Amino acid sequence: MLSIQENQPVEFSAALLEQFGEIVARYPENQQKSALLPILHLVQAEYGWLSTDSMDKVAAYLHIQAIEVYEVATFYTMYFLKPQGKYMLEVCRTGPCCLVGAEKIMQHIENRLGVKEGEITADGLFSWRGVECMAACGYGPVLQIGPEYTFYENLTEKSVDELIDTLRDKAKQQA
Amino acid sequence: MGRKLLLEHINEPGIQTFDVYRQKGGYRAVEKALKSMSPDDVVEEVKKSGLRGRGGAGFPTGMKWSFLAKPEGVPRYLVCNGDESEPGTFKDRYLMTHIPHALIEGMIVSSYALGANTSYIYVRGEMMPQIRILERAIAETKAAGLLGKNILGTGYDLEIYVQPGGGAYICGEETALLESLEGKRGNPRIKPPFPAVAGLYGCPTVVNNVESIASVVPIINDGGEEYAKIGIERSTGTKLISAGGNVKNPGVYEIELGVPVEEFIYSDEYCGGIANGKRLKALVAGGSSVPILPANLISKTINGDARLMTYESLADGGFQTGTMMGSGGFIVFDEDQCIVRNTWNFTRFYHHESCGQCSPCREGTGWMEKVLYKIEHGQGSIADIDLLWDIQRKIEGNTICPLGDAAAWPVAAAIRHFRDEFEWHVLHPEESQSRNYGLAHYADPIKPVAQ
Repeated sequence: MLSIQENQPVEFSAALLEQFGEIVARYPENQQKSALLPILHLVQAEYGWLSTDSMDKVAAYLHIQAIEVYEVATFYTMYFLKPQGKYMLEVCRTGPCCLVGAEKIMQHIENRLGVKEGEITADGLFSWRGVECMAACGYGPVLQIGPEYTFYENLTEKSVDELIDTLRDKAKQQA
Repeated sequence: MGRKLLLEHINEPGIQTFDVYRQKGGYRAVEKALKSMSPDDVVEEVKKSGLRGRGGAGFPTGMKWSFLAKPEGVPRYLVCNGDESEPGTFKDRYLMTHIPHALIEGMIVSSYALGANTSYIYVRGEMMPQIRILERAIAETKAAGLLGKNILGTGYDLEIYVQPGGGAYICGEETALLESLEGKRGNPRIKPPFPAVAGLYGCPTVVNNVESIASVVPIINDGGEEYAKIGIERSTGTKLISAGGNVKNPGVYEIELGVPVEEFIYSDEYCGGIANGKRLKALVAGGSSVPILPANLISKTINGDARLMTYESLADGGFQTGTMMGSGGFIVFDEDQCIVRNTWNFTRFYHHESCGQCSPCREGTGWMEKVLYKIEHGQGSIADIDLLWDIQRKIEGNTICPLGDAAAWPVAAAIRHFRDEFEWHVLHPEESQSRNYGLAHYADPIKPVAQ
């Protein structure tokens, strides 16, 4: 659902607008709506999620109705319609990964982070969720972290612990 | 050791770069096609090769190309389907990651054959690293004059762009993919009109899988007839198989079509047998949508013939005792896996991924998921198994796109071959929560793990 309560006003930077322009140039004249999915990825990479205001501004930029952006943002699962943890751990939950222990990994992440699927840790650093097949079935269990969608393969409880520690240190250094 | 056409140079250091790819003979097909062949010649070679669509449907690529409408003054498009989302399938990710120029070269030759001056590679959004790899490869190729305006001085212009998806299995269906590329929800279109007549932006369009397009390169280099010499019957050439689940060596293998399934599973050249010394219970040979086979129907068909990795042999026996080549997503189940749980998992996937346009799929996948959840969690009845059968039958064939069928087939096959396991869950609700059913009684003979 679109989040009205948590709306976040945004102002796209000149650099971001330049990237939008490069994308629009890939399509024939009057087909600028094709740029919608790639532009939403850029907006999400910048702000961490898609606020209503950000979507309205994308609509204005592409000269389309706001509803055309909402219907796309609500259809595709990669777009976040509310804020997430700084690091969103997305674990594959589909058959082939479950054959090699994905369910245990998800349980371990839940225990380790102390939050349920979809919730954010108190320090705002982490959230996690199960996602459908990520086309990496031979390297399972796998998880990905946006916005670069870095892959972590052949997960074990130990490697997950190490990953969480590394990310926590990284966040500390950035702070 | 079979011939490798796509992955021949995969272990060459730096093969991801233009320079090394070119040194290894890359872009010869572009030179040959653009300089010495007409677009129709290229289509003819692909027809001769017998290449069948590697995304899952197995439709002859050359024939698909020959259907492309060519009205005057209307642009034509080639769109590459890199939305790889069929559970069990990870071959296109592998190809795009490790040898991206094979796809770019195939795109140039194929676009030339179809008369497209702008082509798109639609890659699922989660593959952001692969999108960057492809964009870099395109930039390198352009800098070398093999892409862009007036390629190799032939007067042929081509631009290739990479488009990210947004995380939706349905966009692997070609008309949903085109909707998505137009910036819309991935709702499949009603056919006809087919994309060959009215595809992207209403223009004639061909949509081909990553591996199909990459396969055009060796076809042009060696000729369609040479390509067709590899393989058996109408299963020509090589195919990438992505093997996962409980095998010793999961990964992507390029096989000559015709390798026996048993060899593929147990030979050290491929999967190396079942992991952890377990026994084989079941196989999903071509991605989660194809019918699951119990152990006794994997190595041999119902008539006792060796089952081969070909479109025909995998389908031998129809859905009663056979399966499909599909996308080459090869998922192996060991004796500890629960068929009911896996069927529930797959069905949850299809319910999650249904676009919601057609009631039988939108509602039916949800009902099946709920009923399977009940059975898996020891709350089911025998009537529920019959109910499942009834629902899947009412989904199959009654939807705009094949997602409905893809959701129905795994449920039908699981009940057809493993009904005893479903009944055991119903009749032993407590026991089924604490242990797995194990091997089905008829899943024999089972080859022991090679020592």
